[in-house]
Amino acid sequence: MDISELHAIADRERSRRKPIRIHCCTASGCQAIGSTELHRQLVQAVQASGRDDEVEVVSVGCMGFCGGGPLVVVEPNGPRFEHVRPEQASEVVAALDGAPCTVQRSDPHHPFFSHQLPVVLRNGGRIDPERIEEYIAADGYQTLYRVLHDMTPAEVIEQLTRSGLRGRGGAGYPTGLKWGTVAKSRGEQKYVVCNGDEGDPGAFMDRSVLESDPHLVLEGMCIAGYAVGANQGYLYVRGEYPQAISRLRTAINQARRLGILGSQIFDTTFDFKIDIRIGAGAFVCGEETALIASIEGKRGQPRPRPPYPAESGLWGCPTLINNVETLANIVPILRGGADWYASIGTERSKGTKVFALTGKVRHTGLIEVPMGMTLREIVEDMGGGTPDGSPVKAVQTGGPSGGCIPASLFDTPVDYESLAAAGSIMGSGGMVVMDSSTNMVELARFYMEFCMDESCGKCIPCRVGTVQLHRLLSRIHQGIASPADLDLLTQLCSLVRDTSLCGLGQSAPNPVLSTLRYFRDEYEALIQRHD
Amino acid sequence: MSAKTLSINGTLVSAREEESILDAARDAGIAIPTLCHLEGLSEVGACRICLVEIAGSNKLQPACLTKVSEGMQVETDTPRLREYRRAIVELLFAERNHVCAVCVASGHCELQNLALQVGMSHVRYDYLSPSCHVDVSHQRFGIDHNRCVLCTRCVRVCDEVEGVHTWDVAGRGINIRLISDMNVPWGQAESCTSCGKCLQACPTGAIFPRGSSVAEVERDPGVIARIVAARGERQ
Repeated sequence: MDISELHAIADRERSRRKPIRIHCCTASGCQAIGSTELHRQLVQAVQASGRDDEVEVVSVGCMGFCGGGPLVVVEPNGPRFEHVRPEQASEVVAALDGAPCTVQRSDPHHPFFSHQLPVVLRNGGRIDPERIEEYIAADGYQTLYRVLHDMTPAEVIEQLTRSGLRGRGGAGYPTGLKWGTVAKSRGEQKYVVCNGDEGDPGAFMDRSVLESDPHLVLEGMCIAGYAVGANQGYLYVRGEYPQAISRLRTAINQARRLGILGSQIFDTTFDFKIDIRIGAGAFVCGEETALIASIEGKRGQPRPRPPYPAESGLWGCPTLINNVETLANIVPILRGGADWYASIGTERSKGTKVFALTGKVRHTGLIEVPMGMTLREIVEDMGGGTPDGSPVKAVQTGGPSGGCIPASLFDTPVDYESLAAAGSIMGSGGMVVMDSSTNMVELARFYMEFCMDESCGKCIPCRVGTVQLHRLLSRIHQGIASPADLDLLTQLCSLVRDTSLCGLGQSAPNPVLSTLRYFRDEYEALIQRHD
Repeated sequence: MSAKTLSINGTLVSAREEESILDAARDAGIAIPTLCHLEGLSEVGACRICLVEIAGSNKLQPACLTKVSEGMQVETDTPRLREYRRAIVELLFAERNHVCAVCVASGHCELQNLALQVGMSHVRYDYLSPSCHVDVSHQRFGIDHNRCVLCTRCVRVCDEVEGVHTWDVAGRGINIRLISDMNVPWGQAESCTSCGKCLQACPTGAIFPRGSSVAEVERDPGVIARIVAARGERQ
């Protein structure tokens, strides 16, 4: 396969397309509220209208505005419909001719849409994720072709380093540096692993990317393999994401059939295979050493680092592990150039970040914004505040490893350093909005219960410490705790944070520490009431 | 192999390259308390008792797994470390039912000694008092899960020294349990050779010879290191 064949596939796809495309979201969120049936009804309605020579219904991935689902968008430049019921399918089709229509429309100029900068989500909701031709027609796999033919691995890594991309799994380690380390590590065999074990409550960025644009991640993995010298990739996806798994399987098979995965890709000496590994429901397997153990077929529990996977990972070989969103950034960076990417965002946090905006917020869904946007812009403008108009109390970022940021600090820009300074973390991108009805002690207890259930049990501070923390929080919440319990809670938080073996335990006290920092009065009120 | 010089608690210590901080410290007569470590077995760094402070690193590191390096400055006995060690032992005592007065290992128990060593006089946390099983299906040995601290020394000795891997752990978090074979009673575990190495490796009264009574179980965990060393010499 060479570039002309790639262009030929794209041209064939473009000429096959009908002038009007009705995009119907069939990703998990919309599917859960009936978009499969809606898609079927739309196809029937188009046939019944006799316009199937110029109109086609396309099953697309996530459009982001999940709270308004099921979503239907008419391209080009047509209206965006939300909350579409299957029985409204014919109305949507009739509206193509300007017929009056009762289906709710969303305002494309609303900040929820206008503040976004889709880089990773560029194809989301625009292409059928189950057809590689659509991805190729959207310039897909051309970057891989160019990289394999025109760039050395060192040049790829140099571009990434210059782009300033940092790991999107949460810790924010510079991606170029990580790639460089794996590239330099000695070893006949190296691996690339994509971490799709997204497990934070309220986070669904990776699911959406995998379901909506699987080839973008595959292409990113191939480029990673070329840059670090690996010939095998593993995509580790949690078992709770059946649609992502099925679409990835389809995508891998399609790429293999076209020779984009396998041996001598694009007539070069580069070989790369990708296999899927399915997680069995353990949150801790999102931790890289536990994930590696799980792929090896062992009990998914972490081991102390160093050695880091870059040096000794899967089966003792140098291994590059990146999160889904990180790998989805590779193609846009190499396509647009490092300088373009580095021009987005802040001094130390470059590019965009995808967030899952949920909780007590009017517009829930997936957003991609440039780094450095303030929490206020995200929560108040894009999210539209709380549904009942009451004030927002706080926003929780980073899931069980993160913290709560009070509304008084909503001018904090969203970047790695600012969020850390505010006592939270960037995390993988979950953003849960809370109003005054949320009790912060109860919230801390919820996250601690999660960590307690998900602790693997290997090290003592996490295994027993989280249980004791949960007990203390429950006692405080029930109003039966003494001031000494509050001191013990603080001490135990330090112990678990400083002595746990892996990130799960080390970050488990964060929700408690951040709520203690900003909402200590809620804790003390519950204790004083008892006195 | 080159030698490294490092300082432990302000004392200069020389160590072999590739040696752990724990070994270097012990060679120099500096005691670092441990629990999941056992001479002759691989390290897992799970108990977190041997955590030490290393200048230039804001994270505490397990002495058993951290290799020495030239000029490294290690502190093994700061107030913070003492407090953390005591609290970890407290957490262990609160986790299951460690009642020394009725335990076969009392007086010969590493957990008991550790509690004395770190100065744990009382437990500030709730006793979780779980209801744990006592498996006496094996002809010669029994396992009392009430006294297990999940150090996995039995798992490792069975796998690495005896080579049969009868023991492993199942479940997660606070519900993690030691199991034999595919979670069958120990007496039905076909892989078990009844060698008794797990008994020697166990730091508490969890694994005991059947018929033993309070304070009767004396063990020699050093036997594991001697077996490993003797095998190494023969090869």
